[in-house]
Amino acid sequence: MADVAMHPALTGPRGAKPRRLLSPRNIVLYGTLIVVCMYYILPLWVMIMTSLKGMPEVRLGNIFAPPVEITFQPWVKAWSEACTGLNCDGLSRGFWNSVVITVPSVVVSILIASINGYALVNWRFRGSEVFFTILIFGSFIPYQVMLYPIVIGLREIGLYGSLWGLVIVHTIFGMPILTLLFRNYFSSVPEELFKAARVDGAGFWGIYFQIMLPMSLPIFVVALILQVTGIWNDFLFGVVFTKPELYPMTVQLNNIVNSVQGVKEYNVNMAATLLTGLVPLIVYFVSGKLFVRGIAAGAVKG
Amino acid sequence: MGNSIEVKDLTLNFGSVSVLKNLNIDVQEGEFVVLLGPSGCGKSTLLNCLAGLLDISDGQIWIKGKNVTWAEPSERGIGMVFQSYALYPQMTVRGNLSFGLKNAKVPQAEIDKRIARAAEILQIQPLLDRKPAALSGGQRQRVAIGRALVRDVDVFLFDEPLSNLDAKLRSELRVEIKRLHNALGNTMVYVTHDQIEALTLADRIAVMKGGVIQQLAAPLEIYNRPSNLFVAGFLGSPSMNFLKGKTVDGGRAFQFGSTKIDLAGYEGGAVLERDQAILGVRPEHITVSTSPVSGPSMPAEVEIDEHLGADSLLWLKAEGTNMSVRVPVEGRLPPGTKVHLGLDIPKASLFDAKTEQRI
Amino acid sequence: MAGNGAGAKGGSRLFRNLNAKIAAIPMILTALLVFVGGTAWTVLYSFTNSKLLPRANFVGLDQYERLWDTSRWVISIGNLMAYGAMALVFTIVIGFVLAVLMDQKIRFEDTFRTIMLYPFALSFVVTGLVWQWVLNPEFGIQHIMRSLGWENFAFDPLNDADTVLFGLLIAGLWQGTGFVMCLMLAGLRGIDEDIWKAARVDGIPTWKTYLFVIVPMMRPVFVTTFVIIAAGIIKLYDLVVAMTSGGPEGNASQVPAMYVYDYMFQAQNLGQGFAASTMMLLSVLIVLIPWAWLEYGRKSRG
Repeated sequence: MADVAMHPALTGPRGAKPRRLLSPRNIVLYGTLIVVCMYYILPLWVMIMTSLKGMPEVRLGNIFAPPVEITFQPWVKAWSEACTGLNCDGLSRGFWNSVVITVPSVVVSILIASINGYALVNWRFRGSEVFFTILIFGSFIPYQVMLYPIVIGLREIGLYGSLWGLVIVHTIFGMPILTLLFRNYFSSVPEELFKAARVDGAGFWGIYFQIMLPMSLPIFVVALILQVTGIWNDFLFGVVFTKPELYPMTVQLNNIVNSVQGVKEYNVNMAATLLTGLVPLIVYFVSGKLFVRGIAAGAVKG
Repeated sequence: MGNSIEVKDLTLNFGSVSVLKNLNIDVQEGEFVVLLGPSGCGKSTLLNCLAGLLDISDGQIWIKGKNVTWAEPSERGIGMVFQSYALYPQMTVRGNLSFGLKNAKVPQAEIDKRIARAAEILQIQPLLDRKPAALSGGQRQRVAIGRALVRDVDVFLFDEPLSNLDAKLRSELRVEIKRLHNALGNTMVYVTHDQIEALTLADRIAVMKGGVIQQLAAPLEIYNRPSNLFVAGFLGSPSMNFLKGKTVDGGRAFQFGSTKIDLAGYEGGAVLERDQAILGVRPEHITVSTSPVSGPSMPAEVEIDEHLGADSLLWLKAEGTNMSVRVPVEGRLPPGTKVHLGLDIPKASLFDAKTEQRI
Repeated sequence: MAGNGAGAKGGSRLFRNLNAKIAAIPMILTALLVFVGGTAWTVLYSFTNSKLLPRANFVGLDQYERLWDTSRWVISIGNLMAYGAMALVFTIVIGFVLAVLMDQKIRFEDTFRTIMLYPFALSFVVTGLVWQWVLNPEFGIQHIMRSLGWENFAFDPLNDADTVLFGLLIAGLWQGTGFVMCLMLAGLRGIDEDIWKAARVDGIPTWKTYLFVIVPMMRPVFVTTFVIIAAGIIKLYDLVVAMTSGGPEGNASQVPAMYVYDYMFQAQNLGQGFAASTMMLLSVLIVLIPWAWLEYGRKSRG
């Protein structure tokens, strides 16, 4: 004992524990992760490579190989010349349709859901929680069950097949998750702030616009991400509730790629697919962790 | 001086749960009333009812001679200060102070005047253009008080305003609130669970439990003559010593185990003979001596002594009951010492064990 | 003075919080009219012989008998169950394993997560079309393996009725596992650090801690994930439309949602569509009711 105390440096380990970067554990860990990531990256890689090749090279070569000769012709063709069953003016029409559908749908659905969430947290009235519970359970009902009654309802008010009809549908089906998102966020805002504003004489709309809205910008961004990707990616509602002239990009893409007539132009198809995925991908890569927060909101039951 | 706040038969139910039961309380103009009690006793709920932030189930609330039972919070002529400060994070201090006035459509010149005055009183002039996030806890609470101040109202409601501050800041702001009250002369209703705050600030304290006011009286009265066991046990640290026994000799003495304590000098009602009674004596109303003492006394044995700095606490056992006694530092005794406790009967309280009320 | 404010605001109860109630009208309409009303309407009309237009001509269980006599429906249900079981097991297992790997305080966590999650931002249509291309027998994986020397290598799931579901599964897992990984990772991060310290002090191996301590603690996360995935699988539609259009061999990859759409909007046999969608609702309820019961039970137990 005394000996150890006298020569601490000579006996046993001392100082920081050594760490090896290439320990077996790390090799297995990072190896697995890298292999898994290949599975995720592969389709994106193939998509990009194919879309930059000419058809002769696509037929001859290997889908994983980078193009020998880069061409943007498939992109141009997918954008402005590709044929659906109806016409041959490319995906651009679908793109603009999707823009026209997405912008009002996102604005209206977020506005309504945020007011819902605010009313549910701060202005509870008899039955408000019941409606919310119905809303949440309703979000599990397969859309197919409600499609036809909505068709009838929209027809009655003369909006079936129109842009605003689809906006209403997106607002309805976005409402459960968005209301949950805003409700959970607003309930994390200290109640005393709301009380202080009431003592200061602000009413329902005053508190919403002057107090809640300005301090909730992050959650509005989360909702924006959720809705832009969700509505842009929608296929079913686009098919059911709009006319062919108004088909969103996803529907048009499917019509282009899976159309039976003509020779398959895989490079154009992949360019079209990439073009359709571009908006959500950009949203995803720009938003980073906020995207994760948005999708996780669906899993956290309040 | 008239009544500033009158609460008449106030009842509040949440569903089938009764949170406040038939409360009556009058607060005089310029009075500082503290609502004190453990968490869940309904003190904050009562304050929210006064503010109009909760709709009551039955009864009336009058403020400054006006029935405000159905009035909106902003119409009641009150200002409120919250525990979490509740400052609007996106507005500057000036914005926070002016928000309510703008909602009330007060002219800009008047707003500027009132903010200048409040800022001067609270010494927050240099902070006016900062956001709340850039302020310290103490500064935030000053701004929160300022928000009540600019409303130019007669009644201030405080909802545990100092609970989020550290001990040092808390005592500083406590003094400041007292000073503010002296300077402005407003009626103040102040909710807290901290008995030091209650004892130091209040003109009168309302001790609450289970939605009922247990006792409403001046601090010293409450401390010295608690109306029931709960109030006696809630105030004071360490808590009052409770000796379970019975009154004998026609109410002239208290039988505690094998010890008989003479009750001569007890200040209270008719003691009578009760077979279940509790004698309450505060730790500072007991003297400790190693030799027998004259007057009401009992034997005990020291178990632990705690050094508190300014004085000491002795934990003893007497007739199987744990007791604490506050003694000067030089009065410390080692564990195991056999002692005699002298009781100050005029300052003691006697309770009926069945009704738990003071006799 | 009497009556002037004695008691609470009894008479004006309906008009209290009036703004909040007005603001909640969209929510109330969605909950009652669309979710409850629409669902009830569809269920009710599934007992009629509606063809081109909904008619209240009740025929009892006729539509259901016809439904279960239709081989396409029976195949659809079988496919859904097979695909659903596989997708549930693989998604949860893979998602959890990935989350555990990500939880090892690794470097580049953000990069790995970004790569694993990006497919979730893409639509099912895009997902289906990309994998259709990667799995293309003439150019995709099969072609490459053969050109590398394995002349007899066969991997053409989308054109083989026996394996088409695996083809869908590969794409489905690609799209959804990153999302489940994020949910699981959030669950793992939510576990008290002290549990890990205690296990380390007790000398329990990491894998054992995960299996016997962490997994049981994460039960709510698993349950919620299960419900979200299951509800999503029952709605499965776009992916199949884009990838196989229900083929090969006509019906090999049909799913209930396609059946509903085709009968409601193409074959003009509304009664069949309603009956089929009611069956979809029923399958959701089978998942949802035990879950709601468990949730409710857990809350009432404290």
